Amino acid sequence: MKIHYYPGCTLKVTATQFESSAIASAQALGVEMLELQRWNCCGTVYSLANDDLIRQLAPIRNLIRVRNENGNAVTTLCSMCLNTLKSANLLINENPEKKRTINAFMDEEEDYDGGVEVVHLLEILRDRVGFEEVRGKVTQPLSGLRASPYYGCLLLRPEEIGIDRAESPTILEDLLKSMSAEPIDSPYKAECCGSYQTVDKADLVIEKTRDIVSWAARNKAQCIVVSCPLCFFNLDERQKDLAERESGTALLPVFYFTQLLALALGLGAEVCGFQKHVIDPRPLLSSKGFI
Amino acid sequence: MKLTPYNNASTAAITKRALVIGGGIAGMQASLDIADAGYEVVLVEREPSIGGHMIQLSETFPTLDCSQCIMTPKMVEVSQHPNIRLMTYCEVEDVTGDVGQFDVRIRKKAAYVDREKCTGCGLCVEKCPTKVPSEFDLSLGKRKVIYVPFPQAVPPKPVIDAENCRFLTSGKCGVCKKVCEVEAVDFEQTDTMIEERVGAIVVATGYDLYAKEKVAEYGYGRYPDVISGLEFERLNSASGPTTGEIRRPSDGKVPREVVFIQCVGSRDREKGVPYCSRICCMYAAKHAMLYKHKVPDGQAYVFYMDIRADGKGYEEFVQRGVEEDGTLYLRGRVSRVFQHGDKIVVWGVDTLAGKKTEIAADMVVLATAVVPAAGSRKLAKALDIVTDEYGFYTEAHLKAHSVESGKPGILLAGCGQSPKDIPDTVAQAGCAASKVTALFSASEVGGSLLDLPMRFTASKSLRE
Amino acid sequence: MEARLSHATIHSDFVKKVEELSGQDLLACYQCGKCSAGCPIVEEAEILPSQVLRLVQLGQRDDALHSKTIWLCASCYTCVSRCPRGVDLSKIMEALRQIVLRKNLDHVKVSELSRKEMAKLPPIALISNFRKFTG
Ligand SMILES: Cc1cc2nc3c(=O)[nH]c(=O)nc-3n(C[C@H](O)[C@H](O)[C@H](O)COP(=O)(O)OP(=O)(O)OC[C@H]3O[C@@H](n4cnc5c(N)ncnc54)[C@H](O)[C@@H]3O)c2cc1C
Ligand code: SF4
Ligand code: SF4
Repeated sequence: MKIHYYPGCTLKVTATQFESSAIASAQALGVEMLELQRWNCCGTVYSLANDDLIRQLAPIRNLIRVRNENGNAVTTLCSMCLNTLKSANLLINENPEKKRTINAFMDEEEDYDGGVEVVHLLEILRDRVGFEEVRGKVTQPLSGLRASPYYGCLLLRPEEIGIDRAESPTILEDLLKSMSAEPIDSPYKAECCGSYQTVDKADLVIEKTRDIVSWAARNKAQCIVVSCPLCFFNLDERQKDLAERESGTALLPVFYFTQLLALALGLGAEVCGFQKHVIDPRPLLSSKGFI
Repeated sequence: MKLTPYNNASTAAITKRALVIGGGIAGMQASLDIADAGYEVVLVEREPSIGGHMIQLSETFPTLDCSQCIMTPKMVEVSQHPNIRLMTYCEVEDVTGDVGQFDVRIRKKAAYVDREKCTGCGLCVEKCPTKVPSEFDLSLGKRKVIYVPFPQAVPPKPVIDAENCRFLTSGKCGVCKKVCEVEAVDFEQTDTMIEERVGAIVVATGYDLYAKEKVAEYGYGRYPDVISGLEFERLNSASGPTTGEIRRPSDGKVPREVVFIQCVGSRDREKGVPYCSRICCMYAAKHAMLYKHKVPDGQAYVFYMDIRADGKGYEEFVQRGVEEDGTLYLRGRVSRVFQHGDKIVVWGVDTLAGKKTEIAADMVVLATAVVPAAGSRKLAKALDIVTDEYGFYTEAHLKAHSVESGKPGILLAGCGQSPKDIPDTVAQAGCAASKVTALFSASEVGGSLLDLPMRFTASKSLRE
Repeated sequence: MEARLSHATIHSDFVKKVEELSGQDLLACYQCGKCSAGCPIVEEAEILPSQVLRLVQLGQRDDALHSKTIWLCASCYTCVSRCPRGVDLSKIMEALRQIVLRKNLDHVKVSELSRKEMAKLPPIALISNFRKFTG
């Protein structure tokens, strides 16, 4: 299958390894991700103020781009982009009046009908490819890898746009199992990492990171698996900050789920950009014989 | 005014027998009151024994008297009353007719035991090799596949749980049949239908607790040491799986820190039910107190939103728990509960202090919402009476006719109508019984008491 | 530690503005505190998120707008997903921030952030932070 792909800014800057491993893995599973020819920043955070329609223009404009390329659906990797695009879609569909105002405002654009479906790559893997199919394509089972999934907030909340049950998600676990890795359940898997507070309140984020990582370490996880570039940054970078403050803290590598998927599908480390990680995951991977 | 029943039958033809559906405290009380007044009662209970939820309770607020001590003699009285025909393991399928003459079809479920022949010796139960989780002990304990749900069951005669029976599923075993001296075990038994004509019906089908799966943020159903209030009652019962010692399910340890959470599912219009379940404040207070009596060096915490202690002696009871037993009340709702090592971490809040609270507990007890018994809507349909959006039976008028359903001759009692405690349940059951006996005696004097146009109009407007 | 209450304070323009911007019915909140019990930032806060909401219910404009809590909020929607009354507190937090920011009072001074740190940060972190904390 083919599907339009909205990358968002971060995938082109700090999370290129997420993108390269995702595109390659999807390809190997028969999903062609077609990057939109034109796209703009989605705004990163969905505006929660009722009168702030101007901030809905960015996500809506991207959805119009999908329509311009005759698309009905678009996939994205970043949780924040997913949230923003999906929320804007929902707003438009639930408020015909706001839809009219936004369309009228963007008179240079074609009117947006609200009909583009926004799906996360994880949903494609679960609902369209199927985890059984993934299992069948695995050439390098990740046996013996104890990985603790971390969902964060925006993949799951608000519930009307989340991709799995908000309180007890399993989509990452199910994917890990299809690659023969061992998921380590964590009570922190859907607790917030502190998000954008990382910019001016790093201490707060370090505390959140401590909860998430130390739980995983205590439960003998060898790594953490995420799907959001901001969660990734917080758990990777802020974990190093934590370790600098407190010697003796175990350092757990953080992976995008697509990196593990690429390895499992036998696509090699080249598409995974492991050199970009603050906490180098390669010693772990080579000790397991995965690279 | 003259009575005009739906079927235009004359008022004289009132069958002076009552049907009571549900054998909890409400149905038992109503049956006894009607029977004592000299009328026949058919009491239909779907479980193998009468007793309902009250027989599962350990001690009852606000007096802390033992539930089984009240229930056991009453259950025996019901079974021995010359005017009561007890039909356990039966369900009402279908009802036709109107006040005075209801024709009721009752399904007698296959018990695979001829319960007339059975002497209740219990040999079959002893010899049955298969154990499954006990419903009565809410899976905290086990029972055999041929079983009497609990020792004081009335009648004390077993039934076979066909789903788990080796003989019925694979043709092997049959030990119970071999050992039964009176040849009561009958694997060929099938459901049978019985027809009864009655003049009035009391619906007393009681309640269930809110489904476990719905409180995912509290990990109910996932962590063994997160239990419901009813499970706590079983842990605290001398007849229960721990013979009354407070030991947590996971490892049998005596919990030192126990958190009780009120309003789980109740007063939650988003995920649960919007109404107040009315009994949880009181039983949480009771649980904290009973826990402390058994574990004097333990600490009980209760998360609450409001304490609704409006019955006789209730407020005093709650305060006693605080002052004498040291129950710590925390005002706020809990957001999350999760397992951390061998502790159950509770993230709550004390809005009075303005602090988020974290407690590393050993056990958590959830006061889950009271919801109508499964099957209430289906039964309402068969009876042609109305339920509200949650499935509670609707009364003809909340104030003036609070025990009458919309349909003349069908009365309501107990938690099937709305959540309530035992005193209120017993009072309502007595009231329903008195309406039935009034109806029966009124027919002898021409049925003037039936002349309540209100009931007719109410039922009509409710049904539209 | 005193709140002067009157019909005028509890129906003030400030209260209406918060309702308008957030689209929330403030009185739907019955102050159970479940939002605060699960909020990831309360460790750092001086008053609970539910108390911020309470202050708005009481029309206590200055106290609400001066609370650190509104700037600590990470828009994580934990409160929203568990509120038994369907209150979207994250929108109320946003409304309060907006009331301050629209007076050109930036909460984060971009010029004070270190270049080195900024270079490492993912764009989503920076942009969302500025969106939330600058006018
Ligand atoms: C944890 C807990 C502790 C409590 N502690 C106290 C206390 O200390 N003091 C107090 O006053 N109250 C207490 N209560 C409340 C008490 O349990 C109820 O008030 C009482 O049991 C209500 O009785 P009932 O007969 O209406 O319902 P139930 O006890 O539910 O009985 C209903 C009966 O009807 C049967 N039935 C259901 N549907 C059908 C059908 N379709 N056909 C035939 N039969 C059917 C059921 O099998 C059951 O036997 C407590 C409740 C709980 C959950
Ligand atoms: S959870 Fe909802 S009802 Fe409870 S205090 Fe918070 S906003 Fe109010
Ligand atoms: S959205 Fe804000 S107030 Fe709500 S839980 Fe998250 S950080 Fe707390």
